[in-house]
Amino acid sequence: MKKLMLSTVAGLALTGAALAEEVRVYNWSDYIDEDLLTKFEEETGIDLIYDVFDSNEVLETKMLAGGSGYDVVVPSGTFLQRQIAAGAFQKLDQSKLTNSVNMWDVISERVAKYDPDNQYAINYMWGTTGIGVNVGKVQEILGEDAPVDSLALVFDPANMEKLQACGVHILDAPAELIPAALAYLGENPDAQDADTIKLAEPVLTNIAPYVQKFHSSEYINALANGDICVAVGWSGDILQARDRAAEAENGVEIEYYAPKEGALMWFDNMAIPVDAPNPDGAHKFLNFIMDAQNMAAASNYVYYANGNLASQEFLVEDVIGDVAIYPDATTLENLYTTTPYDAKTQRTVTRMWTKIKSGT
Amino acid sequence: MRRATLISVPYIWLLALFLIPFLVVFKISLSDIALAIPPYTPTMRDGFWNMLSQLDFENFVFLTEDDLYWKAYLSSLQIALISTVLTLIVGYPMAYAMARAPDQWRPTLLMLVILPFWTSFLIRVYAWVGILSNEGFLNQFLLWIGVIGEPLTILNTNTAVYIGIVYTYLPFMILPIYSALDRLDGSLIEAAEDLGCSRLKAFWLVTIPLSKNGIIAGCFLVFIPALGEFVIPSLLGGSSTLMIGKVLFEEFFSNRDWPVASAVAVILLLILIVPIVLFQRNEQRQAEAET
Repeated sequence: MKKLMLSTVAGLALTGAALAEEVRVYNWSDYIDEDLLTKFEEETGIDLIYDVFDSNEVLETKMLAGGSGYDVVVPSGTFLQRQIAAGAFQKLDQSKLTNSVNMWDVISERVAKYDPDNQYAINYMWGTTGIGVNVGKVQEILGEDAPVDSLALVFDPANMEKLQACGVHILDAPAELIPAALAYLGENPDAQDADTIKLAEPVLTNIAPYVQKFHSSEYINALANGDICVAVGWSGDILQARDRAAEAENGVEIEYYAPKEGALMWFDNMAIPVDAPNPDGAHKFLNFIMDAQNMAAASNYVYYANGNLASQEFLVEDVIGDVAIYPDATTLENLYTTTPYDAKTQRTVTRMWTKIKSGT
Repeated sequence: MRRATLISVPYIWLLALFLIPFLVVFKISLSDIALAIPPYTPTMRDGFWNMLSQLDFENFVFLTEDDLYWKAYLSSLQIALISTVLTLIVGYPMAYAMARAPDQWRPTLLMLVILPFWTSFLIRVYAWVGILSNEGFLNQFLLWIGVIGEPLTILNTNTAVYIGIVYTYLPFMILPIYSALDRLDGSLIEAAEDLGCSRLKAFWLVTIPLSKNGIIAGCFLVFIPALGEFVIPSLLGGSSTLMIGKVLFEEFFSNRDWPVASAVAVILLLILIVPIVLFQRNEQRQAEAET
């Protein structure tokens, strides 16, 4: 009897699954045009459950714990590489990804540094880590010739001491700020040895007292509202802040600069967890995203460049024509990429970061 | 038989919700970090005895080698203690006023204390971001009435953390004190006053001691969660607010070092459990001495 009941329950569960197929997507916050989510549901009849995160670390912990229940997740390059090594993702079934012909080889080749032969992931968006500036306020404080296009704006304590009055936020992401500090010093930003990495510590320690907050998402609103005047953040986020301020007509004018000393180029990629409940649906979502018009809609909305060549004809001039989003050849040359730290170096880096932030 | 069943309920509760999770965490704290799913070794899969043979306490030794950890414990203790005292100072008069209020008002007052719980904790803490920020309501109000000329920097400081903790945990302080004061026999105070006590002295000598249990319960209910608090310091606190909850987060998420994170958690638990058990013992002994 019990057996019979169990199989009935299982049967019900199966038909239930067939009736309402679900795809669970875990993406970065403020990172898609939400109309696309409805469009996907309408086109495929699949229920889309869409959750967001704001740090790679949170995603990685979910992946390494296993059983996250997500079908599509969006790790950045170095995190993707490490999670592939940990066996967290499944290989993509290219036969289901007919839209992969749209991808842009320039970006796919760079992502292959983290995911050889692009076997596990497709590029979603890419961008740079740079400086968002409330031009009016900063020029008021530092004068007309404020070094807005240079890391000196945030790494020179003399500037920061004055800027603290109007508020500075910095990404809470050691893996991006330590390379930036090394670039400022003229060292190799992708240094992996502890001795070189330690050179970044005094640069960051000297400016930490003037930083209002180390945080990875609050700066969008804070910049747009005029609560802060400088943020080290991700290109598209700062451009979103620029647009929100323009829409609010609150007199705040934000500009994004990829620093002249070099800026980190990063890639956010969609991958399918090894234990995804619905890998088939996940492939459908990936294929949907790789559609040229859909990808263009996403980029037009979030102001990030994407890895999809075919989408470029559908991009609005504000996006494709903005060198802050699609950098020109010279800026592109000035961008650097990084590789993941091993566990021991990671501990050094995290410890250093805690010390920088808290003084302990 | 019935008695045994009755007694077993709290023990099963303790076993399922405390002891088993604790053992799981303790087990992880004795393992090594690995790049795998889950990110530590050894696991139970290789057999229980195999696991036991590989146990070592290096993660606990590691915690003693870096002053970050004890500084974070101390700073958390300090923040939890100060906020408990502040909550008591704010909460006691409120509970007292409620207990002294006319009978027909009390249900409404009680309702008003509980009402904030109807909104998500996270939303309420976020609301404080809007209130305390430089461009927030509080600063705008103070500027408007002319008390200050420049906006005060409150958000992202320890002050904001104290405000957040006091606000969030205030009902946990008020309710037990209120229930103790509510049961207080009014004739005892009359007696004290008849015997020559001033009102203040009667309050100090009669009301406070008789509400002691409520005060203790309230303080525990505030102190314990405040010690491990993560959400409030990360939303309202500044980068330099050092709390063990944040250290735990860093170990777990940034370093992916579950074993060290678990060791930090085990020690946090010991810091809490040992004094509470000692306190309980002391209370029991006192109660026995009195009877």
